[in-house]
Amino acid sequence: MKVRVLLFASYADALGADSVVVDAQDGATASDVLALVQRRITVPVPPRPMVAINATYAEGSEVVREGDEVAVIPPVAGG
Amino acid sequence: MSAVARLVDRPIDVSALTREVADVGCGATTVFLGTVRDLNDGRAVSGIDYKSYERMAASELQAIADEVAARHQGARVVVEHRLGYLELGDASVGIAVAHARRAASMDAARTVIEEIKKRVPIWKREHYVDGTREWVDPTKSVAHPGQGDR
Repeated sequence: MKVRVLLFASYADALGADSVVVDAQDGATASDVLALVQRRITVPVPPRPMVAINATYAEGSEVVREGDEVAVIPPVAGG
Repeated sequence: MSAVARLVDRPIDVSALTREVADVGCGATTVFLGTVRDLNDGRAVSGIDYKSYERMAASELQAIADEVAARHQGARVVVEHRLGYLELGDASVGIAVAHARRAASMDAARTVIEEIKKRVPIWKREHYVDGTREWVDPTKSVAHPGQGDR
């Protein structure tokens, strides 16, 4: 299945784009999707970066479904 | 309970925030402003560009305001976070909390800013006086490792 992954800040700069579409197997977890994305990023990403599915924080073990919007969340720096 | 959260791309108006939470039942109003500082980790800063994952940032910011208002019964909470390029001294975040009592008002305002720094997907790219710029990673702060900058 095709999954669109959003990237931000330093991660987006490293990829040269603010999103990427990866081809994940059915039943893939958020961690599986992240592993596919990390192959395409040159910047060091933390071993377990924060991730969101459909704009809500998710655990790496959460299953991703076709059409979900996955986001890799760099360390937040608001305020 | 009243809880309002907004992402904005215009200057934060402190007076408007205090008017928004004003209520004759509230004897205390706490205002917190986060402003762009001229120095971070020893580097001279000229401005900061704030970016967000907008739909998630909006929902997380609202969730924080809701949680704080629910925890402090009767609290009236408004929080604004500004996005885009900010000059030195500009306010990036404005929080106003009115409550019957001062302790609850101050605790609530503190909680809002601390939670923003933990979970709202907003990032800042500092622009330095030497012409360089860099995304800020608070987990790598030299002065306060693992903590925020303000």
